[in-house]
Formats: sequence, structure tokens, C-alpha cells
Amino acid sequence: MVMQNYGVYGDKVMDHYEHPRNVGSLDKEDPNVGSGLVGSPSCGDVMRLQIKVGAGGIIEDAKFKTYGCGSAIASSSLVTEWMKGKTLNEAAQVKNATIAQELALPPVKVHCSVLAEDAVKAAINNYKEKQHREKEV
Amino acid sequence: MKLPIYLDYSATCPVDERVAKKMMQYLTMDGTFGNPASRSHTYGWQAAEAVDDARTYVAQMINAQANEIVFTSGATESDNLAITGVARRHKKKGKHIITSATEHKAVLDTCKSLENEGFDVTYLIPEKSGLIKLENIEAAVRDDTILVSIMHVNNEIGTVQNIDAIGALCHSKGILFHVDCAQSIGKVPLDVRHTPVDLVSISAHKVYGPKGIGALFVSRHPRVDLDPIIHGGGHERGMRSGTLATHQIVGFGEAMRIAKQELSQDIEHMRTMRDRLLKGLSDIEAICINGDLTERVCGNLNISFGYVEGEALLMSLRDLAVSTGSACTSASSESSYVLRAIGVPDELAHSSIRFSVGRYTTAEEIDHAVQAVHAGVARLREMSPLWDLYKEGVDMKQVSWDNQ
Repeated sequence: MVMQNYGVYGDKVMDHYEHPRNVGSLDKEDPNVGSGLVGSPSCGDVMRLQIKVGAGGIIEDAKFKTYGCGSAIASSSLVTEWMKGKTLNEAAQVKNATIAQELALPPVKVHCSVLAEDAVKAAINNYKEKQHREKEV
Repeated sequence: MKLPIYLDYSATCPVDERVAKKMMQYLTMDGTFGNPASRSHTYGWQAAEAVDDARTYVAQMINAQANEIVFTSGATESDNLAITGVARRHKKKGKHIITSATEHKAVLDTCKSLENEGFDVTYLIPEKSGLIKLENIEAAVRDDTILVSIMHVNNEIGTVQNIDAIGALCHSKGILFHVDCAQSIGKVPLDVRHTPVDLVSISAHKVYGPKGIGALFVSRHPRVDLDPIIHGGGHERGMRSGTLATHQIVGFGEAMRIAKQELSQDIEHMRTMRDRLLKGLSDIEAICINGDLTERVCGNLNISFGYVEGEALLMSLRDLAVSTGSACTSASSESSYVLRAIGVPDELAHSSIRFSVGRYTTAEEIDHAVQAVHAGVARLREMSPLWDLYKEGVDMKQVSWDNQ
């Protein structure tokens, strides 16, 4: 059994956990919205990240929903903040190490930042696939 | 109301004020600080007398005789002594031990270490209820089985095993029966002259006594022999050497004296509080209670809140001191081995919270806890993608997840 251990979480994790940025959903049918769903319930972490891409390939909006521990919630909240206003290429550069460093994640929680990086990439790929399909139609 | 509200009595209890007061008389120069093994002066005699009284109180709690109580550092040591001690003493008779997959680590790890010494261990898988079927134990018995070790009450899910029936089965086959009673003493009555047990592990701090002290009941009727695991001055009839910790033992004894006296009201109070908590939480959607609800100790409630991760829920429940079966660590998260053993799916094991109430839990605290859990679960479901899928009617088993 695990006792309450929010003591191991840094201030930034607590801040994102208490006041998560950009929780919510975007219309997944919208061709300008890309969605990524990563992780698995049996591993205890699932992240859904959605981006809305505007003119010039700029990410206008980003939303997330996460099932997971405080670090997983904080990691996804942080990347939604970072992605807004960036181009797809810029956003795709996000590295898990940068997330882990920003949130001061302890080593046992680094996998949460890896999952957030995966979610970013999955959302971008989904958007690109959709655009590709649009053009084919 | 003191915050956070303590709802983790299965982990440990505060020491009862009456116990703490008594212990303080056995420490300083003005108190009874002597070594109970000092036979040559009054300091020693008085300490020995205090230890004798405490031993009697511990024995009376389970209707044993005082000379059947061996003081140890706690239930973990008692489990180690019982299992290792019997195995080494009786290895010529046989090298097979039966236990269950949901035992405490003190039992499981001891058995694992005995496997390295050449013993063979069967780990029985309980039913979904947490209960072990008698016929499964019977089927596991071999000619060389020397010991069965089954806990009375499970620490995570609170399931109460039928130790009367298991003990009778063991004795009919000439097998010794060890019971880890760390979670049952003070909550479920035990009479060792009625229930066929040979060895019983007891802990003081689960019954409002101090940490660092416990006992192993070693039956003398019939007589059970075991090899010591701690060697030295031959204390405790040679079964556990080391200077007796008088103040700890006195505290343990006092805690047991009080627990015996107040047993029925303690049980009644815990059950009332636990049922109030259960009633308050039962209207939350998509929850499941882990472990049998009837064959369950009075103070325990283990619930999985679907689509909410346990560790995150704990962070939301800052006003509550509870524990979860989810540990989000290392490469991937690990869920409770107890919940997995009784077939709780990983995602629900990750969503589990154990609440355990005790002597000092109040109705006001329970009501506050109920409110906090409602709010915490609602908040996390609001940001859970799994909750969305559930609400959309998506079958999660059909979703192709990563890492599987």
C-alpha cells in the first residue's frame, strides 16, 4: 500500500495539479483538430492531447485530459501551455527531459514526461494524417 | 477536527493515552528501568514482574497461557520466527509449506528465502472474494507438508479467513498451522483453545500499543518446537534472545488489557463508522468494493473508483490520511499484488483506496471524508479521458492501448 506522498512532488507539479491548464476537449471531427491518446489503463496512465491548428500551421489551441498520477497530470498540463502559439515543427521538438526538468520530476516519475512527449507526437501525427486524407478527398 | 483525518488504522494506530502513561513509568531513574533478566536486585525483579503481568495480559487476549507468549520486535519478526523456526526444526520431516498469494510480505518474503534453503512453497490463489477455499488447501497438502501459514485478516482488503476450518484440516493431517493475526487482534475475537492454531503472530501497534513490539504465540498444548532465528542470552525460553524492552512490553500488555476489556464496543464503533462511510460513498457511480463485504473485518473498506487513478486521488484528498493500491513508480506503474491476486483488473487496482477506521474515528470525520471523496472523484473524472470513453459507452477492452 502506498501512503500519501505528495511530499515528493515539487511546487510546479502541485501548481499544475491544483490548477491544471487547458483541461477539456476539442471537436475531434474538425479536420483542423489532431488528437493523441497514449498510455494504457492497466499501466495507470492514459493521456489524451488535442491540438487545433490554424493558418500557417500555428497551434491555436491545445486541450488535455489525463488519467494518471499528479506528475502525469502536470506533464500534460505543461505541454498544452507550451504548444500554444507554436508551429507544428516547433511543438514536435518537445523533449521529455525538458518537461521532467521544468517540473523537477523525481526519477520514478520520469515516465510521465515520456508519455507527455508521446502524446504531443501522437496529436501532431493525427492532425497530419487528417490533412493528408482531406487533400486526397 | 484534526486534519488530515486519520483513516489509516490498518497501517498503525496512535498509542492509547492510558498506554503511553503507563509506559513512561518504565524508563527513567525514578521508574522501573531495570533489566528483567537481572536476578540479583530489586530493579530487575520489579521489571521482571511488570513483564510477567504484561505477558499475562497478552496471553489473556487470545486465551493462551503466559508461557506460550514469546515477545518479538513485532508481527514481521513473529512471522519470520514462526515460519523459519518451524521449517528449520522440522526439515527432516518434510520440506513443503503452504501459504497464500495475498499474505503479508513478512510471510511471502520469508517463504521466498526458505525456497533458497531448499524448501518447496505452494502459494494458493484466493477466490475473487479474497477467501481461500478449504478444498484448495486440502488439494495442496502433500506427505511432506510441515506447515500452513494463512493470515486471519488481510491488511488491504480486510477479508476474514475461516481459520477454525483451516486449522481443523491442518491438525487432521498432522500439519502445523501458523496464523498472522496482526490485523485481527482487537477486531476479531480469537480463542486459541477453541481455534486449532499452533503459532499466532501479534503486533502491538495495530491495537493502540507502541511500535517495535509484538509477540508470537507458540502453543505448548500440544507442544510446538521451533529453532530460534535470533541467538544470544537464551531469553524467551531460548526462542528469542535479546534484553526484553520493558517499557514496550508494558505498553503492549496495557494495550491488550484495554482491548480485551473494550473489545465489543471497539468492534461496534468501527463497524458503525465503516458502514457510515460505505453508505456515504455508495452513491458514487462506477465504484467497486474489493474483497468480500460479509466476511470482512469491522474497520476496513477498500474501494476502487473507476477511471480515477489512486495516487492522483490521494493528492486530491489532502484532508484524509488513507492509502492506495496504486504505486506509480519506475518504468510503469505497479498495482497492489493483493488486488491482482484476487483478480481485480489492473485499471481498477490502480483506482483503489483503502480506508480503515479505529477507536478515535468520529461521525463528523466520516462525513467530512465522504464529502472530500465525492469532490475529489468528480474533479478527477472531469479530467479523465477514460471517464469520457465510459460515458460515451466505449468498451475499453476494444481500444488498442500502447504498451500492451
